[in-house]
Amino acid sequence: MRQAAEAVIRGLGLGSIYALLALGFVIIYKATRVISFAQPAFMLAGAVLVTYLVGPLGFYLAVPVAAAATAALALGVERAAVRPMVGRPAFVVAIITLGVDVAVRVVVNAFIGLDVRHVGDPWGLSTVTIGGLLVEQRHLAMMVVTAVLVAALFAFFRYTRMGLAMRAASYDQEAALAQGVSVGAVFAMSWGIAGALAGIAGTFAAVGASVHQLLWIIALTALPVIILGGLDSLPGAVVGGLIVGIVQEVTAVYQSNWPWLGQNFSIVTPYVVMMIILLVRPYGLFGTREVERV
Amino acid sequence: MRGRPLLYTSYASDMGLFNTGAKKAAFAVLMALGLTTPFLLADVELQLLALACATAIGAIGLNLVTGYAGQVSLGHAFFIAVGAYTAAAISGDPESRTLGFGIDNMLIWLPAAGIAAGLAGVIVAPLATRLRGLYLAIVTLGLVFVGEYILTEWDALTGGPGIGRQAASPALFGYHLDETDVFMTRDQKLYLLMFTLLVVFGLAGRNLARSRVGRAFSAIRDRDIAAGVIGVNLPRYKTIAFAVSSFFAGIAGALIYTISGRFDPGQFGLLLSVQFIAMILIGGAGTITGAVLGAFFLTLLPRFTRELPGLVPFIGGQATDTPNVFQLETVLYGVLIIIFLIFEPRGLFGIWVRIRNYWKAWPFSY
Repeated sequence: MRQAAEAVIRGLGLGSIYALLALGFVIIYKATRVISFAQPAFMLAGAVLVTYLVGPLGFYLAVPVAAAATAALALGVERAAVRPMVGRPAFVVAIITLGVDVAVRVVVNAFIGLDVRHVGDPWGLSTVTIGGLLVEQRHLAMMVVTAVLVAALFAFFRYTRMGLAMRAASYDQEAALAQGVSVGAVFAMSWGIAGALAGIAGTFAAVGASVHQLLWIIALTALPVIILGGLDSLPGAVVGGLIVGIVQEVTAVYQSNWPWLGQNFSIVTPYVVMMIILLVRPYGLFGTREVERV
Repeated sequence: MRGRPLLYTSYASDMGLFNTGAKKAAFAVLMALGLTTPFLLADVELQLLALACATAIGAIGLNLVTGYAGQVSLGHAFFIAVGAYTAAAISGDPESRTLGFGIDNMLIWLPAAGIAAGLAGVIVAPLATRLRGLYLAIVTLGLVFVGEYILTEWDALTGGPGIGRQAASPALFGYHLDETDVFMTRDQKLYLLMFTLLVVFGLAGRNLARSRVGRAFSAIRDRDIAAGVIGVNLPRYKTIAFAVSSFFAGIAGALIYTISGRFDPGQFGLLLSVQFIAMILIGGAGTITGAVLGAFFLTLLPRFTRELPGLVPFIGGQATDTPNVFQLETVLYGVLIIIFLIFEPRGLFGIWVRIRNYWKAWPFSY
């Protein structure tokens, strides 16, 4: 029982990272109706930037600076590669972001090289005991950061002018344009937010471990998360992220009971969960059913 | 109709395989060129061309499901893997460490590879018929990850990551096509085999595309609900699209790795799927010729980028240098996809169409 409870807490920590990444995907999707496959590259870029900035700036300053820089990178990509494609089929734009991802990731990988790079976080693998449960501090940090960011985002969408504009644009682009919303600014803003979230998520994914060239795979785990939660649902992204994180960690604990599953079955559980849920609910848990007209 | 080669009086002649004289002539020239190539080029180049031919079969397969039927599939690498391992297991040495049944007759393992992959496609189809667009893309992406995991864990079949296993060995009734003998070298034989199969499967793909099934595919791509309303059975035709596409992928998977002789499960990742997507987008989505052009373009591309370290001083030729040619190649995939999608959405085939139309109307500009 204790084992299971600890696994759930680890899952919540991991799930928080997925939630941050998934929020980025969903925000871009809501604004532009496109899934940006470039998120893995931004995530890696953010983590690598932190490893370089942590020396001069310290961890607590390096993370926001890296997040801002990743946001700037995302803005640049949006302007150069995605904006010219407005009005083209979503699939085409998605493939373009896939191209961006491959290209950016190679450049970022060059900065990783063959060394082991650390984000220099204050937590490492140290633990704390809460209510008899052994909990790693980094997982608590992930949860707290995600909770703060999610609260800030929801407040942003709820109470600010820009947030209102973004909600309007995602509801109906043309009507929003007619009301004086700058849809271009909404696109840029959504990519910027998503880039910053990916950068922070990347940093926390490397906390207690290291930044390596395969870190980007974590961002792809956020894809089943958004499908699970529903492509256009912000709460769905958070809930889906936590579900996937918990399932993954609990499987990691108990998979040894079923040896035929192999040793790393937990890696693919997000995809398995996604496929099962999609067979039952084709628009995810919270997604809106698209109304199609001929 | 004499003297009016472009006047069609029936639908059948309009949809004919070679509906213009120019197509007939070009096909004949290409055939002649393809068949004389093995006696003109060195073995190294032939090996590359053989690889391009085999890859092109896979690209045609992806183009049938993504270009013609409009169902975005990022899972092509999975079907390639199914084909490759079916073929390798059937033709493999029963005495070796990895699974093998020792049947090296191509006429058995090649169709078996295609059918196994096709069945995998049919199994995936229920998901595909329920989902559309980006949801489908992500589910097929999941397929690649699940497939990669199964292959990594199932080392009795795959030999395990980093080690790999022997690929299928092509033989026809005891005559080995992958061994040098007095008539031809190994690479000449392999090239001729791949070229022949590419022609066969290219024509098969083209014929499928201009049949009732192909028209149903195009209708689904253009507007699936409208297609359903006019009586196209959507689940049925989407299943057919996935099955046929996977069949082609299986054949390609079985063939591609016979050239290098060995392969390991790490090769069937997302990058392979992206490469195939890049092929059909760069070549031209929704055309068989485009898929072949794209496959040749991307397979032969490394041959030219490998020359770069000699020409451009700051690019290294070793994997340890930064920047090196391997990084450059990967960046090129990404950048080429972007450039083609923004500036020439119909790909290399579109460029060709534009040139052809210019000269057709020459000297008039329209």
